[in-house]
Amino acid sequence: MIRDITIGQYYPADSLLHRLDPRVKLMAAACYIVSLFLFRNAAGLAAVTLGLAGMVWLSKVPFRYMVKGLRAILVILAISALFQLFLTPGETLVAFWKLKISREGLVNAAFMVVRLTYLVLGSSLLTLTTTPNQLTDGLEKALSPLGKIHVPVHEVTMMMSIALRFIPILMEETDKIMKAQLARGADFESGSLVKKAKSMLPLLVPLFVSAFRRANDLAMAMEARCYRGGEGRTKMKPLCYHQRDGLAYLAVAGYFAAVLFLRRDL
Amino acid sequence: MSIILDHVYYVYSEKTAYETQALKDICLKIGDGEFIGLIGHTGSGKSTLIQHLNGLLRPSSGSIYYQGQDIYDADYSRKELRGKVGLVFQYPEHQLFAETVFEDACFGPKNQGLSKKEAQLRAFAALRDVGLPEEYWYRPPFGLSGGQKRRAAIAGVLAMKPEVLVLDEPAAGLDPKGRDEILGQVAALHRDLGMTVILVSHSMEDVANYVDRLLVMDQGSIRLDGAPREVFRHYRELEAIGLAAPQATYLMQELAGRGIPVDAGATTLEEAKNSILQAFAKIRTGRL
Amino acid sequence: MSFIKARSLKFEYIQRDEEGNVDGVLTALDNVDLDIRPGEFVAVLGHNGSGKSTLAKHLNMLLQAEEGTLWVDGKDAMDGANLWDVRKCTGMVFQNPDNQIVASVVEEDVAFGPENLGVPTGEIWKRVHKSLQSVGMEPYRSHSPNKLSGGQKQRVAIAGVMAMEPKCIVLDEPTAMLDPHGRREVLEAMEALNREKKITLILITHYMEEAVHADKAYVMDQGRVVMQGTPREIFSQVDTLQKYRLDVPQMALLAHELRKEGLELPEGILTRQELAEALCRLYGA
Repeated sequence: MIRDITIGQYYPADSLLHRLDPRVKLMAAACYIVSLFLFRNAAGLAAVTLGLAGMVWLSKVPFRYMVKGLRAILVILAISALFQLFLTPGETLVAFWKLKISREGLVNAAFMVVRLTYLVLGSSLLTLTTTPNQLTDGLEKALSPLGKIHVPVHEVTMMMSIALRFIPILMEETDKIMKAQLARGADFESGSLVKKAKSMLPLLVPLFVSAFRRANDLAMAMEARCYRGGEGRTKMKPLCYHQRDGLAYLAVAGYFAAVLFLRRDL
Repeated sequence: MSIILDHVYYVYSEKTAYETQALKDICLKIGDGEFIGLIGHTGSGKSTLIQHLNGLLRPSSGSIYYQGQDIYDADYSRKELRGKVGLVFQYPEHQLFAETVFEDACFGPKNQGLSKKEAQLRAFAALRDVGLPEEYWYRPPFGLSGGQKRRAAIAGVLAMKPEVLVLDEPAAGLDPKGRDEILGQVAALHRDLGMTVILVSHSMEDVANYVDRLLVMDQGSIRLDGAPREVFRHYRELEAIGLAAPQATYLMQELAGRGIPVDAGATTLEEAKNSILQAFAKIRTGRL
Repeated sequence: MSFIKARSLKFEYIQRDEEGNVDGVLTALDNVDLDIRPGEFVAVLGHNGSGKSTLAKHLNMLLQAEEGTLWVDGKDAMDGANLWDVRKCTGMVFQNPDNQIVASVVEEDVAFGPENLGVPTGEIWKRVHKSLQSVGMEPYRSHSPNKLSGGQKQRVAIAGVMAMEPKCIVLDEPTAMLDPHGRREVLEAMEALNREKKITLILITHYMEEAVHADKAYVMDQGRVVMQGTPREIFSQVDTLQKYRLDVPQMALLAHELRKEGLELPEGILTRQELAEALCRLYGA
């Protein structure tokens, strides 16, 4: 199940989206997420769907691969949809026992599902087409003005890129630890919530011990390779804008304007 | 027969781009009290195979029987099976978690539903059986040396009183002395407690010294199965799949090839030494 | 002229109890002397806990000794001011391949060192290409390290060090977590660097077979250097090595055992070929 999560994974391919400057993609992703919460009618829905479809097509990432990532949020999706469905007041469509489904609830639930799904797909598109290093480089560069007011931008982005590198390793490790404890008769599934939480201990303790050891090792390895913070560092792949990035900014602005425009009642 | 694998296939990530056939048509019988070495390079399927023995992985097709019962029968308890087929994974760091080594060893028996008292008795016996000095029992497991951690991890599984003990590379990363000690301890478990032991290893030398039967895996199939002497006779086949016979076998083959009457099938240094000495003794008496 | 010269190095780990009082002192290095010439391949052998890893960390100034002197490439490694110069000229490769790769793409990881040194972008690309090529990992440059085998990951780690253009590489048990195939891969890669690029190689290991090709070997026990010499000299002292919890290459051991039983085999046999030759000669005589 853990392997299904595609958020944070990079999918190597040679597409326009892959080649874009990460700063553009960060901005675009932010705009897209905002636009998801701005639209409120069918025309808006069509716009955000079109936007997403266009991006997916441009990315050359197999759609099936992306959809697999949705499995991880199915539960959240179902819960929030149910809440919307039953708790939105309005014109009642169906009623049984104390529960009522209103017309507005139905619409809200559908929109909620669409918003969350698109949110996950859109943000995984960002990570699927951008290597973690590019992503953090982009963040670092985009946030660099904050450095002037003593925000440790380089350090934070470095930590993020390291975290991204170690997520798959720690996931694999979780799997192995789980099996080692299952082999000793551990039970991670049955029992009350308290019992379940307690049964996580044999999983979490080795995982934390290992994560700390890895952190320690890595810090030493980085020091041995002359890492001493962001000052005086050069880049193998420094960020610089190309023509396509300018055009992409324009396209994003156009898209955003369209969504805003479609928002004006109908 | 304690374990039977009948035409077992296993496919990882079925129906995705990453689909890989990890086990192909494995048919295997493991008898009570056997001491088996399982050899193959990384990715040959040996780790996948041993996880089938206690029901951690379910075959894509085929059946597995333990003491005559299909372990995937609806009323068969695989949790109980895991107490009978004890599996010790490669890294002790993946299983040690409790505050003390002793408490950690109690974890398995407690999961089996034993009382605290019984679990402690089991842990006590297991820690003694793996030869971990008592001074370490009440310490946190994280500060132990590599070899001691291995022992603590083996004890954690042994405390469940398994009938079959499967060890994945118990000697990996240990120094030579540590390796000899841990393998000697495993051999003693087989000898003194009469356990069926399956030892997974990369090292031909290690395995040749201890086991009675050797299984060689490659690309998800069992390529060779027999006594070490028999298996190492096929050293050319072993080389073809990226493995090698023990050094001693090569030496003896070469000596035999050059006309010295030695036992070309010797697999351990001890056998090689004795056979060479015999050959030389003959020419000495011949000359006298 | 020594590349690395150490005299009476001493280092202690201080163990503290929960209140922070000194609980015990573990002497990890005790009066260690080293002399390593430029371009040499030196093996440092010892069982786990013998102090060999502590020694390795001194050569890169990850640890600093309390007493003694240490010179690396003519610089005083006891002086903190030389820290970055020393780290630049002696690179380090560690045991766990996963825990030393920083980036999520092979080439970006190799670039990490030069980036830290402030090497200009164009030069970084050249160095990345060259170092990946020198360990045979150029075809994998755009791969994720997670998809590589252990041996390949270690070769990437070596390339990452090579990209800093060091004069010396210290490898701290680089093969301990690898299978035999990976072990061979890493050994071949590093021996090639020593042979072709004249990189000084210091290999910390407990696998005796890996030291056979070294120019010189040190054996450590309880923080001291207890034996030194060519591998041949060292491996002929089977009983002493076993006392230090080490074993001897299999064929050297067999030769030793046979000698004890009265066969007149010459001293210093290390390989299978040598033993076979010696036995045939003896048999034919």
